[in-house]
Amino acid sequence: MRALTYTSFLGIACLVLEIFNLRKIVVPVVILALLAILGLNFTEWNGSSVSFYNDMLRADNFALAFTGLLIVTAAGLVTMSGSFYDAEETKLADYISVIIFTLCGGIALVSFSNMAMLFIGLEVLSISLYILAGSKRRDIRSNEAAMKYFLMGSFASGILLFGITLVYGATGSFNLAQIAVYASGPNVDPIFTVGVIMILIAMLFKVSAVPFHFWAPDVYEGSPTLTTAMMATLSKVAAMAAFYRLFSVSFVNNFAGFAWILSVVAAMTMLVGNLTALNQDSFKRMLAFSGVAHAGYMLLAIMSLYHNSANALFFYTVAYTFASLGAFAVGISVMKRRKSEKIEAFNGLGKSNPFLAVALTVFMLSMAGIPPLAGFFAKYYVFFEAIKTQHLAVVIVAVITSAISVYYYFKLILAMWTKDSEDIEATTGSMSYVAIAAICLVVTLALGILPSLVPSITQLASK
Amino acid sequence: MTLLNIFADPHISINHYIAVSAMLFTIGVFGVLFRRNAITIFMCIELMLNSVNLLLVAFSTYHHDNSGQVFVFFIMAVAAAEVAVGLAILVTIFRNLHTIDIDELKNLKN
Repeated sequence: MRALTYTSFLGIACLVLEIFNLRKIVVPVVILALLAILGLNFTEWNGSSVSFYNDMLRADNFALAFTGLLIVTAAGLVTMSGSFYDAEETKLADYISVIIFTLCGGIALVSFSNMAMLFIGLEVLSISLYILAGSKRRDIRSNEAAMKYFLMGSFASGILLFGITLVYGATGSFNLAQIAVYASGPNVDPIFTVGVIMILIAMLFKVSAVPFHFWAPDVYEGSPTLTTAMMATLSKVAAMAAFYRLFSVSFVNNFAGFAWILSVVAAMTMLVGNLTALNQDSFKRMLAFSGVAHAGYMLLAIMSLYHNSANALFFYTVAYTFASLGAFAVGISVMKRRKSEKIEAFNGLGKSNPFLAVALTVFMLSMAGIPPLAGFFAKYYVFFEAIKTQHLAVVIVAVITSAISVYYYFKLILAMWTKDSEDIEATTGSMSYVAIAAICLVVTLALGILPSLVPSITQLASK
Repeated sequence: MTLLNIFADPHISINHYIAVSAMLFTIGVFGVLFRRNAITIFMCIELMLNSVNLLLVAFSTYHHDNSGQVFVFFIMAVAAAEVAVGLAILVTIFRNLHTIDIDELKNLKN
């Protein structure tokens, strides 16, 4: 788990570079450092599942795989931040260091093996995101998004803490393995069950599942777009992985009682997310509801815990992260030029910048689950796991809603290719957005043609 | 450990601590849901966290295990950081809107 230590140092190093007035080199230095940490992270791959700091963290393949995904996402976001914050150059190093600290929280969240680390990871992630959400100080919409996110986030943390405390009261330990021993024992105290339900509610808040999703659209819309991209990718993936890790290690033996709650939540999340996305005219709001719907599909993987669906979840998060990050890269460059966040802003993009239009089309098709793109196999694996665990009814809902989702993804595609706009000048996005879009495009296509490129992460995670 | 008959019990047991913490926590939750002044909501969130602290210390003594008390320090540190960020957000809102009533925050609704 060297990745966590080194990213923390990297965040501080960013602030030090700012002190020495080396702002110009912050972005390339951080990207190179992140790639180095990514390499270091995978030297521990297939190791002996070592635990760190008195069993606070555990570096199994599950943790290492998700850490790798989060580092790649953060590197993409840092690449874009160079041109995204070009009007506020003096604060660039601060923003980048907060992005790195968010990454630290995410790494702690995907590799914890103690409730204390779950709480700290979640808070480090959330507090950094509150700051980024409110970073446009003079924009009242950004203030409002930050306030709503802060209130909802700290409310959810309070519920999570009370749940953790009740579980501690019943088991006498914060360690996941020891909690699992208690939970599989004969006498399970009622306060343990109450505690688990409170933890479940808090996690559903964080991954924005229905009925706890109401904050997501407002916060996504008001935040600066780069922060929205971060919430949709980095924060959602980390929270989902933490959710899976917590339940698969600690509560898997009592899971039958919670599985039906989760199946109702997952079905509702997919329905509400997709149906509400149908009549959104803002790009960010549409992606927010689509993100809610994708949380529902990811919950299918959590419902199939017994069959070790970690691989399905990992593939889904990889496919979703790259499609989402790419869509935001294209979105930021178009919205910046046309100065509008409406879907009409994308009119005529097919003529003015065919590359960005093709890339965005592929990302939208991947999210809709059209073969042969990464999103198709992601959905296929997740549905397959859910069918194996007899959740057929939920899978039927999932298939129907995913057919509905094609409609709103095509709304954007049609706007780009069939509608005209007065602005026919070539939309020359900054190189960094084009580069990120190109990388995401390659990954989305490659995973669609060769889905086996994503390594299996279960050899050690199953222990 | 049931919550029954805590009022009939003459000795202070772990159940009394659970009851008090649950009450404090519920007061905090209702405050967050029904108060409209942002500062009051912040205080209610603190109340939720402090009820958790109380319960953690009680459980820690009950189990003869120190990790519960260590966790309390983590919660305090994180709560301080959280409130610092929350108040900063509140200041930016007050500069732009000249009010801290959260019902005035409706620029993002459709």
